Amino acid sequence: MHSIPGRRLVMALFLIFLLLPIYWLVNMSFKTNAEIVSTMTLWPHTPTLQHYRRIFTDESWYSGYINSLEYVVINTVISIAVALPAAYAFSRYRFLGDKHLFFWLLSNRMAPAAVYALPFFNLYSAIGLFDTPWAVALAHCIFNVPLAVWILEGFVSGVPREIDETAFLDGYSFPRFFIKILVPLIASGIGVAAFFCFMFSWVELLLARTLTSVQAKPIAAIMTRTVSAAGMDWGLLAAAGVLTIIPGALVIWFVRNYIARGFALGRV
Amino acid sequence: MDKTINQKAWFLVLPVFLVVAFSAVLPLMTVVNYSMQDTFGNNQFFWNGVGWFKELLDPSTDLGGRFLASLGRNLFFSAVILAIEVPLGIVVALSMPREGWSVAACLVILALPLLIPWNVVGTIWQIFGRPDIGLLGYVLNHLGFNYNYVSNEVDAWVTVIVMDVWHWTSLVALLCYAGLKSIPDAYYQAAQIDGASRWAVFKAIQLPKMNRVLLIAVLLRFMDSFMIYTEPFVVTGGGPGNSTTFVSIELVKIALGQFDLGKAAALSLVYNLIILIVCWVFYTVMTNAGTERKAVAQGEPAAEPKPAAAPKPAGVLKPKEGVA
Repeated sequence: MHSIPGRRLVMALFLIFLLLPIYWLVNMSFKTNAEIVSTMTLWPHTPTLQHYRRIFTDESWYSGYINSLEYVVINTVISIAVALPAAYAFSRYRFLGDKHLFFWLLSNRMAPAAVYALPFFNLYSAIGLFDTPWAVALAHCIFNVPLAVWILEGFVSGVPREIDETAFLDGYSFPRFFIKILVPLIASGIGVAAFFCFMFSWVELLLARTLTSVQAKPIAAIMTRTVSAAGMDWGLLAAAGVLTIIPGALVIWFVRNYIARGFALGRV
Repeated sequence: MDKTINQKAWFLVLPVFLVVAFSAVLPLMTVVNYSMQDTFGNNQFFWNGVGWFKELLDPSTDLGGRFLASLGRNLFFSAVILAIEVPLGIVVALSMPREGWSVAACLVILALPLLIPWNVVGTIWQIFGRPDIGLLGYVLNHLGFNYNYVSNEVDAWVTVIVMDVWHWTSLVALLCYAGLKSIPDAYYQAAQIDGASRWAVFKAIQLPKMNRVLLIAVLLRFMDSFMIYTEPFVVTGGGPGNSTTFVSIELVKIALGQFDLGKAAALSLVYNLIILIVCWVFYTVMTNAGTERKAVAQGEPAAEPKPAAAPKPAGVLKPKEGVA
């Protein structure tokens, strides 16, 4: 009943709209540069893997993917680890300044990265973390930790309070209750929160680019540099782009059943 | 569900507080410090008081002119984005298939643009829109439109807006879909018994149920479009001229391009303040909506054990029957 007339058509049109630009990128990544520039072809007439081969054999390219994944994983782990207890606290207790604290966290999620680019650069240079994955991971905490708290709070609130009380009556200590009972109960919520931390850390470029120079340069930054330097190697650019889409697509597949609820921040 | 008062809960929140304070408060202090000073390079700073702020809010100066112009562009951009993405997102959510494998497939495809790094989104559209090698630009130009996002301001705007619709409508759609999924079937059955029209069902059942998620969607979309940087930067670089230079792009130009730390810091603070105010308004509305809902839920505790959902929407729908 919750559908509208012509819904198949609407959905199909929208999905085509979403997929067409991506198809074009994939299409270009398999073309030779000569074919890209000289003719307009809807599919690669002389398909080639040269661009992918170049990325997988050239260290300056593939190290970018490793760097990116490195800080994304560090960031996800930190965010979830600190957000879990806080989510529990916000969900179960009232304490001095809780509402203000929650709002303050929320406002950090909304703060523009451009504002922080320069001060982060100074801060992380001063403490010697500049150009390491840790700098980017910590910097991304500014928007991922509040988001994780927000999502997890929704999921923790979905767990009946009686469960806590029963566990404490059974003699569980707080840490033991937390790890043995609460965490398994909100496992899907943790998955969703991790997904979102992964996602926002993976797609962010401005801070990642500002806080790295050589050692920890993310793939996104390597892409922008090559575009300007090597003339216009469209095929290579397209291939690099396609490879950045793949981790995201894989992660979506794992959380597909929780995506909708996750996007509502666990609050439906 | 009253929460108990427990000050020890602060210990649980402390790690979050420390992590976020480290990456939010410390840098912000630096910004405040810079915003009061002027620099001529070589790390030499001069006290400038509130000079930058005065200049920033005065459209006749260079800094103020640039700031207010980019702010205007940004607000216009956000308004257009919201006007397109919210209705479109609702329509897409309503068009979702009901069950079967196609649901999962649609969800995955919908979520796909959200997981593409923002500069790659820019790259995709940069390529897609080029008249020489991009499908979109090629087709448009062969249909007789003189489309070129590099030189024409209107085309640049259209490209940036279509790109954002492509990128983020899915978020609104997924949020609305989550809201729709939470509506029990009993509501629809009741509506059917009442002979409610399609439109009445939407207005009386689906829209109110989506209220909360729509609020989140509008908040997230407004904020993210208000601080948009990477995608238009990659596609248009803020041009042609300054026509697609949004506040973030202007800020990065001043801060990392010209290294005008004082000006950039003052701009950052005002920018942040605007966001904080909008954020606060949304937060208040959102928490109020939450408490209202709780109050309604507590008002009818007797209805809990029965599947009492059915009579309620029927009552809501009654007046609409005449229309339907």
